[in-house]
Order: sequence, then structure tokens, then C-alpha cells
Amino acid sequence: MNDLLQSLTAPALLLQADSQRMQLDEPTRWLVIAVLLGLFLSTLVVRLIRGQADGTVNVAVARTFHHRVRAWWMMFAILIASIIVGRYGAVVLFFMVSFWALREFITMTPTRRGDHRTLFWVFFVFTPAQYVLVAMNEYQLYSIMIPVYASLFIPARIAMSGDEKRFLERSAKIQVGLLICVYALSYTPAILSLQLGDWQEDTFVPWDGSYVGLLAFFVLITQASEVLQFGWGKLVGRRIIAPKIHANRSWEGLIGGVCSTAVLGGSLWWVTPFQYWEAALMSMVVAIMGFAGAMTMSAIKRDRGVKDYGTLVVGHAGVLDRIDSICFAAPVFYHLTRLLFT
Amino acid sequence: MPAFFPLELWLVRMNVASHVLTGAARLVSGARVRWLDCEPEACQRIYFANHTSHLDALVLWSSLPRHIRALTRPVAARDYWDKSRVRRYVASLVNALLIDRKDIKVHRSPVELMINSIGDTHSLIVFPEGGRSTNGELGSFKSGLYYLAKKRPDLELVPVYMENLNRVLPRGEYLPVPLLSSITIGPPIWLENDENKFAFLERAREAILRLKES
Repeated sequence: MNDLLQSLTAPALLLQADSQRMQLDEPTRWLVIAVLLGLFLSTLVVRLIRGQADGTVNVAVARTFHHRVRAWWMMFAILIASIIVGRYGAVVLFFMVSFWALREFITMTPTRRGDHRTLFWVFFVFTPAQYVLVAMNEYQLYSIMIPVYASLFIPARIAMSGDEKRFLERSAKIQVGLLICVYALSYTPAILSLQLGDWQEDTFVPWDGSYVGLLAFFVLITQASEVLQFGWGKLVGRRIIAPKIHANRSWEGLIGGVCSTAVLGGSLWWVTPFQYWEAALMSMVVAIMGFAGAMTMSAIKRDRGVKDYGTLVVGHAGVLDRIDSICFAAPVFYHLTRLLFT
Repeated sequence: MPAFFPLELWLVRMNVASHVLTGAARLVSGARVRWLDCEPEACQRIYFANHTSHLDALVLWSSLPRHIRALTRPVAARDYWDKSRVRRYVASLVNALLIDRKDIKVHRSPVELMINSIGDTHSLIVFPEGGRSTNGELGSFKSGLYYLAKKRPDLELVPVYMENLNRVLPRGEYLPVPLLSSITIGPPIWLENDENKFAFLERAREAILRLKES
């Protein structure tokens, strides 16, 4: 009888209320305040740099930084909105970011007439379906739908259109776009539905922190690692990794960036369910994945002969330029957290 | 509460529907507009553009500022836009001037219809290729633009280059894919005094091609 009662109540205990998981608790509040201060400071720096017309600062660097700060404000707004509107709202917001990024990606890659129907499926079936499954927390489905089923569907549908020219290349372009812009990014809002905690003498003790805080930690680490890698590269970067892919990503920048990101991440362990050393290691992984993402997207851009996704169609701001590191780091961060802390 | 006459009610409804339509067109096409050496002014103009998609007229019209939109009529093919109720409704919302491509009468030529319809206030959007290009390249121009310019030399002829709309809604497809497109509007040209038809049409065509490069 006792066992039955326990087995009935256990799932209820495990599933915390959404409001509690999305709360603005003490650590998250401190993080938000710190980030807000950092953002104001960066905005101030941007104002100062742009006010300077004497050419002491590289114009291109100043513009990139300006775009970056604007994107940070956007991310900050999305995180705050997630706290207000809850998990479903966050999923919808990330769906919109994914959709826009995919738009940029497919616009950049040349497609043929025969791909039109396939693209329609990709935009209006697979992309929404992925986020619906993430919202429903159907991990078993959303973790395989795009890499398995969409990847098989895309070449088959292109074949049915009857255009055989550069068939494999066209399939690969659409598959990669869907994988990076939609599948990988969708793991970011999925962080909000993790069930973290640890086992203490056969009982599962759920983590009582805020999952928004964890999400904010992840986004903050990806962005900080970008800045730190850039900074280290500028200061001591000498050995360029792949000059044809990215003109100023150096080994020194990568190593310096990863190590300093680890220090930053370790010092923010109090918003996460990790120990300080775990947080540091996690940050290292995120920094390396962010680097991998930036290199990959850079290679795709070089291949197409464009510098930024923003300049691809005149007047558009490049969303993809800003989220490439998040896309690559999100699935790894999600899976490591899920494997090690549940 | 003010009482509405049926006509006013109808106008309000048209206005709302037209706003929804322009919003949807801009959303689906992701179109960004660049004005190069040309300002959005309400003077009488002929916007002439490359034609690759059924969305062209709708998207270009939707991308103009509202006060100019109100004075601008796209010229569209009657054989397509008069075919179903939905198309007729859309054509009426954008205030399109429908031209019969097949049955051209001598006493009511398309050019005459256009000139009569604009009076001394309205502008037109025309596609001088006369139909959608199949491969996305700019085809040769029909002579209508020349006769328009000859009859009304005071009109500004404004070249427009529309990019990527053939990927958003290609020929033969009916469902759009929301890629990003761009519209470039360039400096106006006029018919020169001693310019013949061929030279003028070639110059107009090159004005669009030049926008493609810039």
C-alpha cells in the first residue's frame, strides 16, 4: 500500500510547477542585474566609439561590436520575456529566431526550381513541428525527427521533382540549413524543460533553482566566449588556424578564450545546478562548440563569397551571424546537462 | 456613435483588407526597399520592373510608402487576374489596371488605357517584358514603355530591380516559400528628343541591369 502511494505521488513530486521552474529567484536576479549592467556599459562604449570620428578605432570592428550589442539586447529581451510568458512563450520566440535564420540560410544557398516544394515542407512542416515537439517536451521525437526523418525525406522529395542536377549538393544544403538553424537551436528552449536533480539514497531530489537562470547562463557563456576569443586573438593571436576560412581566428585566441570562459563560467556556478569546477568544464565545452560553430558558418559564407549574412540581401540584419555559436553549443550543453545531472 | 453609410463602411473594409494584404506581402517576401538616387515622391511616375513572379506587382506596390501607394496602380494581365473571384478581389485591393494581353484593339490600345487611367495624378507600375521570365534573366522589352514615354514625356520613368521573388514564388507554383528578397529603385530616365524606339528600350533595360549590379 505504501509502495503504491509512493509510486503514484513520485511523478507529481518530480514535476515541479512551471512557475517555480521559470521563477526569478535570488541567483537569477543577481545574474540579470549583472548582465544588465554589462549591457549598459557595452552600449555606452558603442556610443563613445561611434562618436569618435578621428579614425583611432577600426570602423569595421566598431560596426560589428555595435551589431553585437544590439543582438545582446535582443537576447536579453527574449530571456526576460521567457520569465514573463513562461516556457511556451520562450519556445515561440526561439521558433521565430529559427525561422528567420533558416530564411537567411536558404536565401544565401542557391536552390533550383525543383527544390521549391521541398523548401515549403522544410519551412512550414518540419520547422514548426520541431518546436511543437519541444514545447510538448517529447524528447524521444524531437531529438530524431530532423536528423533522421527530415534528412531522409528531403532527398526523396527533391528526387520526385525530377531535377537531377547537383542532386546531392542540393539535398545537403537544405539538410544542413535545417539541422543548424532549426534542430540545433531548438535545444536552447529545451533547456527550460529539463528535469535536473540528483539521487540521494534512492530518492530523486529535484534541483530547486530557476531554469531560466540556467538558460541565461548558457547564452551568457556563448556570448562571453565569442568576445573573449576575439579579445585574446587581438592581443596575442599569431598562429592563424585556417586563413582561408577565417582571417583572424588564431590558436592563441581559441586557447585564451576557452580558458578565460572557463574562469567566468566557474565563477557563475551559483546560478546552475553544477559545482564550480563542473560549471568551468561546461563553459569550456560551450566555448569550444561556439568556436566550431563560428568556423563552420564562416566556411559556408566563404564558399558562397559573402562576408556576413547581413550583407546577403541588402538592408537585412544578419541573425545567423549572431546565433552560430549558440546553435552549435546548445545540443551539446543540453545533452551533457541531461546525462550528468539527472 | 457615428452612423456609417454603406459606401463608407465598404471603404473602411477595403482599407483594412488592403492593409492586411500589404502586410502579408511584405512578411512573406521579406522585401527590403532601397531608393538609389531617387526619392519616394508623389509626382507622376512609371515604375518599370523586371518580372519573374506573380508576386512582383503585389510586393512592389506594398513596398511603396502609403501616400504613394494610394496614387499608384499596377498594370496587370487580365487573363490572369480576372480569372477567379479571389484574384479579382486582390486586384481590386491593389487598385490594379487590368490589360487584355490577347485581344488588343486598335482604338483602345493598352497604352491609351494606361494614359487615360492615370489622368494627372496617378502613377503606374509596369513590367515591360510583357510576361514573367522563365529563367530569372531580364528579357527584351515590349514597346509599350516607349509609346507611354512618347505620349507623356513629362512622366518620370523609374527603373526597379526586384531580386529573389522568383525563388519565393516561381512560375508554375502556387505556394510561396518565405525567402528574403530585395527591391532596388533607381534614378528616373526620360525619352531623349531624337532617340528611336530600339535605343530607348535598350537604355531602359540597361537601367534595370545597372541596379542589379549596385
